[in-house]
Amino acid sequence: MTLPPPPLWPQAVAVARRDLLRERRRGEVTWVTLPFGAIALLLIPLAIGIDAPTLRRIGPGLNWIVVLLFGVLVTVRRTAVDGAADRDLAMRLGIDPAAVFIGRTMANAGLLLVFELVVGAAAVVLYDIELTRWPWLLAVIPAAALGLGLLGTLAGAIAAGQGGANLVPFLVAPLAIPLLLGATQALDAGLADGDGSLPWVLLMVLVDVIVAIVGVLTARPLQETR
Amino acid sequence: MGRAAVGTYTRSVAASPVVSLSAVAVRLGATPILRNVDLELAGGEALGLFGANGAGKTTLLRLLATLLRPSAGRAIVLGVDIAGVGRLEVRRRIGLIGHTPALYPELTLAENLAFAAAVMGLPATAVSDALGAVGLTAAADRPAASCSYGMQRRTEFARELMLAPDLLLLDEPHSALDAAAADLVGHLTDAVVAKGGAAVLVSHDRERVEKLVGRSLELVGGRLA
Repeated sequence: MTLPPPPLWPQAVAVARRDLLRERRRGEVTWVTLPFGAIALLLIPLAIGIDAPTLRRIGPGLNWIVVLLFGVLVTVRRTAVDGAADRDLAMRLGIDPAAVFIGRTMANAGLLLVFELVVGAAAVVLYDIELTRWPWLLAVIPAAALGLGLLGTLAGAIAAGQGGANLVPFLVAPLAIPLLLGATQALDAGLADGDGSLPWVLLMVLVDVIVAIVGVLTARPLQETR
Repeated sequence: MGRAAVGTYTRSVAASPVVSLSAVAVRLGATPILRNVDLELAGGEALGLFGANGAGKTTLLRLLATLLRPSAGRAIVLGVDIAGVGRLEVRRRIGLIGHTPALYPELTLAENLAFAAAVMGLPATAVSDALGAVGLTAAADRPAASCSYGMQRRTEFARELMLAPDLLLLDEPHSALDAAAADLVGHLTDAVVAKGGAAVLVSHDRERVEKLVGRSLELVGGRLA
């Protein structure tokens, strides 16, 4: 007799909770990646010169580049933490691979959301960015966090069976370009007049949906081919 | 140590035979680890498996745990051909305690068990029952990384007591357990066998394990002797 599998969502929530608890105890995002992201934003004006109008103009783009690069770093570390024994344990418990993908994405996206908010606040202060049409951020920031979280989780699942965490940046960075483009353009358009942001936000949502579908559908084959 | 939690959350009775291997071979890369292994294990049976280092004992356990696929032959575990797509479902009915404790080091002992309970759909009360059964109630809130190897092993026994598998696989089960905790091996094996499941105990400690099992086999160079 085969046991009926428990519902997907409680399993996904348990995986997300486990990942966030582990991160809280390790503090890699909170105490290492996040401060370095803020420091990177601080160093850029020192490198290119303190020209307030220029910084104000290019600030949003710089912010997203930092978010992308450090976001990749967050996902790399998250993958590296999960060793072969951890993956074995998840397999032995018979957790639905789709639930693992969803749960890990929830945790990664949550961490990236916090990262974006802190680094974004630092960018606003350091670069004197005017947030006259800030409501667009309510769509752009979560869409970027979710997209990077999805990409990082998918890349981690692929890398776990291939070459480990070192492979993750090479998988995530190219695929994150539409997200970077969408976030930068949506924010620029939003800060300028607000009318041109919608297509870029929709691009980000489209990327998120596609990666989510691919991630859920490939979760099981990726786990079983290890 | 109490014993109340054993089997409380059992949800099924194992199929019979629990394990059926026919001419199974396993290669890791180009290296043959298991060769032409035939093995049948009925419900209610406990098997002791012995052999020298590198004989293939751990590989056989990982195969039975469905973490490996056979390179050749046919392997049926709990009624499912493990080369096929059903092995994810059957995995939930298999318990494995390996060489290295499979615990998340950052999580407390209770959190480790709570995670297993949550993904298996067990009530939260199962965690405290299981920890009580292995005498770790007082250490429930300690991170696994700060616990001794023996305590981590006991936590794994608590997890298997809680999950009540139909097929129990133990690799060097007495390792690092003190005299009192070593009773857990027999206790857990008896619990699984009593409900119609099966157990495989891999060990170098033939004398202790043979008291717990009804049949013994030896692996020599990847073949069952």
